[in-house]
Amino acid sequence: MIDSADQETVIVMTGVNKWFDDFHVLKDIDFNVRRGERVVVCGPSGSGKSTLIRCINRLEDHQQGSIVFNGVELGAETKQTASLRAEVGMVFQQFNLFPHLTILENCTLGPMKVRGASRAEANQLAMEYLEKVHIPEQGEKFPSQLSGGQQQRAAIARSLCMRPEVMLFDEPTSSLDPEMIKEVLDVMIELAETGMTMICVTHEMGFARTVADKMIFMDEGRIIEEGPPEEFFANTKNERTKLFLGQILSH
Amino acid sequence: MTLRDAEPALLPPDSNRRVKWWNSKSFDVAQFVALSGLLVWLVWRGAQTMDYRWQWHRLPQYFYEVIDGEFLWGPLMYGLMVTIEIAAWGMLLAMIIGLVTAVLRLSGSFAGRVVSTVYLEVIRNTPLLVQVSIFYFVLQPILGINNPIWTGILCLAFFEGTFASEIIRAGINSVPRGQWEAGTSIGLNRTKTYIYVILPQAIPLMLPPMTGIMVNLIKHSAILSFIAVFELTTEARNLIGDTFMSFEVWFVVGPMYLVLTISLSTLVAWMERRIRRRR
Repeated sequence: MIDSADQETVIVMTGVNKWFDDFHVLKDIDFNVRRGERVVVCGPSGSGKSTLIRCINRLEDHQQGSIVFNGVELGAETKQTASLRAEVGMVFQQFNLFPHLTILENCTLGPMKVRGASRAEANQLAMEYLEKVHIPEQGEKFPSQLSGGQQQRAAIARSLCMRPEVMLFDEPTSSLDPEMIKEVLDVMIELAETGMTMICVTHEMGFARTVADKMIFMDEGRIIEEGPPEEFFANTKNERTKLFLGQILSH
Repeated sequence: MTLRDAEPALLPPDSNRRVKWWNSKSFDVAQFVALSGLLVWLVWRGAQTMDYRWQWHRLPQYFYEVIDGEFLWGPLMYGLMVTIEIAAWGMLLAMIIGLVTAVLRLSGSFAGRVVSTVYLEVIRNTPLLVQVSIFYFVLQPILGINNPIWTGILCLAFFEGTFASEIIRAGINSVPRGQWEAGTSIGLNRTKTYIYVILPQAIPLMLPPMTGIMVNLIKHSAILSFIAVFELTTEARNLIGDTFMSFEVWFVVGPMYLVLTISLSTLVAWMERRIRRRR
């Protein structure tokens, strides 16, 4: 286990427990992410993988244990929480673009209202990232005028405009048609190549093999397997993991 | 293809050759004219049998007068202005009361929820006329308000505020949860998420039902004639007291309210279309 004082460690979760009323969603989670590391989290639905990453940007609270982000312990909602969130980008399964704003305005809202950037600065930044996700020509359109894949790439650009230290992906391709999945995954691979720290909840095992430094398998609120992808796929130790991988890889 | 385009093919070939005369447009209009004529005739005949003396020519002076080359508004126009004033202030206050109540109800605070629930239940379950009386005879002296028009505005605002709060609450709730999460995830705090993400999406949904509140405020302001507020209905009643032209005055005051409310609805419908077009 890496020491929490280590400069290279961005996220340290120690003994994290969380309940939704009576339901124990996260059980004794110990989990570290180093700077530049790409972690892929997989597991059956209801295993707590989404909740795990939602705890990192405080969309959910944890009840026990500690989560340290960049040396700052995350706790109850304070004024600081909002600024901490700005350092963690989040991409949702349902995109969650702001439907009343154009793609460009979606991207400039955060930089202008949180970082206090001028419109010109924010526009320039937004165009830069829209080019990186290959949709610079869509800036003036509204989200509903874009395809699912384009919307998800716009959502990635919106997060990147905050220049986050860590990007979280919560099943980013699960609500997309097969031909659109690739364009989103390609953007994510390109992002990984820039050295961005990423935690992805996904069932795209091809993507995981290409990109991941570390695989995490969760079941019933616990991390039951953790390791580099070669080892994870080649000689899975746990029976539950084997069964799960067998099911999703057989397709 | 619309349904209308599909119709001829679906019907037997001979049925669309000719429209039957009782289905024709001109017969439809004729029916309407006959019905309206009948109504006017009934009123006129009723007035005739009770020997009512119509004096329409005396009415314009109560709208405006020109005395010695000086233009003066008449009592009906003053009344109309006061009615508009009551509705405008009432709307503003009702929106503020509604927003506060809605946010209190949506908040996690126990005190906030109790206060807003008690307010909603009390106002909703008592007659407006009783509320007006309590505001006028009890609250006005206690609060030291020296103009009954403000007592009236306050009372109507609290009454319509209950409906406004429901509309605002429903509007805010209809914005998907994911929008909150997206706003928060780019670092917006709660207030900024409300201002830049939630309200811009909720307000277009609130506009049509909010028009209903504005229309209600205009209509319910007539109740304030009960507490000596000189709005349109009070002016009308005073005028009838002076001139005994009850038919003419009420026949004019009714349409004045209608013009006000219908032009308002039209304006909001137009605004709504403009907002929608931006999507």
